[in-house]
Amino acid sequence: MTIENLVEDVAVRLLQLAVTELPNDVKEALEKAYRDEESEAGRTQLEAIINNVKLAEKTRTPMCQDTGVIIFYVKGGAKAKDLDKIEQALREATQRATKEVPLRPNAVNPLTGENSGDNSGRFVPFIHWEIVPGNNVEITVFPKGGGSENVCALSMIRPGEGIKGLKKFVVDTVVSAGAKPCPPNILGVAVGGGADIAMKLAKAALLRPLNQPNPDPQLAQLEKELYEAANSTGIGPMGLGGKFTVLGVNVEYAHRHPASYPVAVAVQCWAARRASAKIHPDGKVEYLTHKVV
Amino acid sequence: MATYKLKTPISEEDIRKLKVNDVIYITGTMITARDAAHRRALELHNEGKRLPLDLQGLAVFHCGPIVKKEDDKWIIVAAGPTTSTRMDIFEDEFIKNFKVRVVIGKGGMGKRTTDAMEKYGAVYGAFTGGAAVLAARAVKNVRSVEWYDLGMPEAMWVMEVEGFGPLTVAIDAHGNNLFENVLRKVEESKQKIYEKLGI
Repeated sequence: MTIENLVEDVAVRLLQLAVTELPNDVKEALEKAYRDEESEAGRTQLEAIINNVKLAEKTRTPMCQDTGVIIFYVKGGAKAKDLDKIEQALREATQRATKEVPLRPNAVNPLTGENSGDNSGRFVPFIHWEIVPGNNVEITVFPKGGGSENVCALSMIRPGEGIKGLKKFVVDTVVSAGAKPCPPNILGVAVGGGADIAMKLAKAALLRPLNQPNPDPQLAQLEKELYEAANSTGIGPMGLGGKFTVLGVNVEYAHRHPASYPVAVAVQCWAARRASAKIHPDGKVEYLTHKVV
Repeated sequence: MATYKLKTPISEEDIRKLKVNDVIYITGTMITARDAAHRRALELHNEGKRLPLDLQGLAVFHCGPIVKKEDDKWIIVAAGPTTSTRMDIFEDEFIKNFKVRVVIGKGGMGKRTTDAMEKYGAVYGAFTGGAAVLAARAVKNVRSVEWYDLGMPEAMWVMEVEGFGPLTVAIDAHGNNLFENVLRKVEESKQKIYEKLGI
């Protein structure tokens, strides 16, 4: 099998896994929220979410009608062969999965309003590349829903406001989003870099599993503080009131320009879908987020 | 909080018993309607024309479903709720003219709709955003599709449902609006959060 055929098959599989089955860390976080939620309306919503997730997994049906815009994160080993074939393979995988899974066609030309019908278009699916040592290729698929995307926010706050400004911006973003992003949410927060880098890091932070603590103790502390703040708002599951507005907060940072203090908040809905696999040079495929038999 | 199983046509008396936070499951006839179907229904009514079916006592679901046709039969694949606030400009007239008893969607609705629900006897049932499989499973049969010229998501799908829910009563027929209550509390807690964070 050629590398492009293998990548295409793996990517179709990843898309199917991602939209029908949540990774274990997200399932566990939803179960925990259901156990600890005190609001009746919140518990009703969490129970419905958990039942819906189980049913989607059992029937191999997308857990949400919005199967998102398709984004890939690829770690290409510098010594891996045929890296130049991967982009086309991922594009074809997206088109194929749209028919086979099926996925909702979500790629619309912003100027003409025309829907391409197969989830591909200009810069879509978008591929974030990272060249890493070795000869493996690791592919992560990240289908991102529109409701939560619409409340993502960036603020170029004054450096003088510093970390307090960051905290306020995160709280304000959660409060103004309210029920719109289908809470409980996951927040990816990034500070520094520049406007584009902050949002890129914030979104990539959503890929970190919820049960994996931040290795930097200072960031871990900030995550805890922001998690508690967001869950003190009372917005709750689906905005009907309760303790669980977020399932987790993941923080990233980059060094910044002395005059700039970009803060980006990427918001993910309860259907926090992602799936990854590593392709070895001998063609062996290792699925990293899902059990595949 | 109480749980009720309601069968359409639902009476005004049964609707008046419900309070915010109650959970309801619906069995019977339900229609989908988004912006375009609301507008068309009201236009027909204003022209003195009849709708394809009598909506009295039924449930209206803010939803643009994914539907497929198999052997000449429509099958609902996914049917999650859409954001209800867009229908705020139509819903008071819709409730008044057609006497629907349950409005289903996500995100809640505003004062105009809340007032109409109190006056004419209707409730808003919040369905979990994105829970498309749960919704589709409760649909037992697609009876008909009306106004298909509006497109698949905007058409009016007439569905037979069984145990459709859980729906949290978020606006009752007594003027209570759970979303508004939550928003008020959130504003209050925001100040406390600022203090705690030293902002």
